Amino acid sequence: MRKRVVITGLGITAPNGVGIPAFTHSIKNGVSGIRHDAQLEELQFSCQIAGQPDISDELKSEYFTELELRGFNSTGILYGVIAGIEAWKNAGLSIENNEDPDWDSGTIFGSGTSGIDKFRESIYKIDELQVRRLGSTVVAQTMNSGVSAYLGGKLGLGNQVTTNSSACATGTEAILMAYDRIQSGQAKRILAGSTGDSGPYIWGGFDALRVCSSKYNDNPEQGSRPMSASAAGFVPGSGAGALVIEDLESAIERGATIYAEILGGNVNSGGQRGNGSMTAPNSTAVQQCITNALINSEISANEIDAINGHLTATTKDSLEIENWTKALGRSRNDFPYINSLKSMTGHCLSAAGSIESIAAILQLHEGFIFGNINCDDLHPEITALIDPLKVPQKTIYIQPNIIAKASFGFGDVNACIIFKKFQK
Amino acid sequence: MKKEELIAQLKVIIKPYTTNTEAFDNLTEDTDFINDLSINSANLVDIVLDIEETFNIIIEDTDMQRMLDVKTAVEIIETKLSEK
Repeated sequence: MRKRVVITGLGITAPNGVGIPAFTHSIKNGVSGIRHDAQLEELQFSCQIAGQPDISDELKSEYFTELELRGFNSTGILYGVIAGIEAWKNAGLSIENNEDPDWDSGTIFGSGTSGIDKFRESIYKIDELQVRRLGSTVVAQTMNSGVSAYLGGKLGLGNQVTTNSSACATGTEAILMAYDRIQSGQAKRILAGSTGDSGPYIWGGFDALRVCSSKYNDNPEQGSRPMSASAAGFVPGSGAGALVIEDLESAIERGATIYAEILGGNVNSGGQRGNGSMTAPNSTAVQQCITNALINSEISANEIDAINGHLTATTKDSLEIENWTKALGRSRNDFPYINSLKSMTGHCLSAAGSIESIAAILQLHEGFIFGNINCDDLHPEITALIDPLKVPQKTIYIQPNIIAKASFGFGDVNACIIFKKFQK
Repeated sequence: MKKEELIAQLKVIIKPYTTNTEAFDNLTEDTDFINDLSINSANLVDIVLDIEETFNIIIEDTDMQRMLDVKTAVEIIETKLSEK
């Protein structure tokens, strides 16, 4: 029999909430974390609004030593470490300082890039012939696995310590990789999650693609509009989400709080064939990813109570809904509830999958479906497919039992997880 | 510059990198950076940069490689200062 895998700890640094209590309050009450960004305006971006977690110097010094903060310039590692340690403590796990590491625990913490601001700083120094003056931490801050390396050291992890990367599917994929490793008995617990740097040097490429929201620079909180008829591109975001994924036996033995169970999931790729490309998803692959996730989880499509979509607020939102209707064989008023956290956080890119999964898990644990903001004018292509009531505008307090979470990324990659309210 | 003065300045530079406060408080010329002060070897690079900045000198890589204790560090700094 397969090992059952559960979630026992959560931690988050999101644009609309740092720490689980603040984030939970924000998503229940439709609080947006999108702000005007002076740097983006100065650099003449078409989109001058963004989502960044608000981290005070005081909070920084709770998680990093004075020495670590010397020359530290990596927002991705900052967000990931704060979220990761919050999740670890939230799971009731302690930070030991023994001679041996904790062989049973590891981390799979994804990232798109690392320390892009540190990289920029270093490139300037190198070009000024100052390579010998870079200091000792450039590698640790700019290697893609920087975030998992920092976490592994702070927590003394002795199992697998790695960073995965699959564009905007990174966070969702990390959770599934942790699930696989625990299910196969190779680890008792994995700190899974993902992080994403903030700033113009990470977001510039998207602005250049003209896929970002540029019409709401004066009304930032209205700028991220998934599923809306007036959606005109995504708002760039950043942050990190972290989850302690654990073997059920170990969780019970420790008497840990169990937030939800992972029933299963699937990752695949459309191979950039059919209507898929580097930047667009192959619909057949998306549908197959969802269908395979159901099969892997041994549930039927009718058991899904809610969907936490990818839904970025580009023209692809309607196509995503269509793919869900086809994969589940459900439409109109038979369609599950659906929401997109991006309306409040923007698109947190490599961090999106983990931050949004946490929102989905909180819904199962506390019994609600958070309301979408900025889509009171639902896109007509969406209302042609599903009942508008399935896209709640305000938080509804019901007890969902099973939620499907999907993320899709550049490179035509897909990931879908099925979360279930935990029952013994 | 007197040797005591130089060591005092060196102590200010070293302080943030050491995790062994007892050894730091009892620092002498014979104190070893890695074995006594538990300084991460990668941080020796940062200590050299800080020394260069404080004393306005340049330390060659060959000198840096043997700069593993207080005595050698003092010698190298004194030599560089006298060359100025």
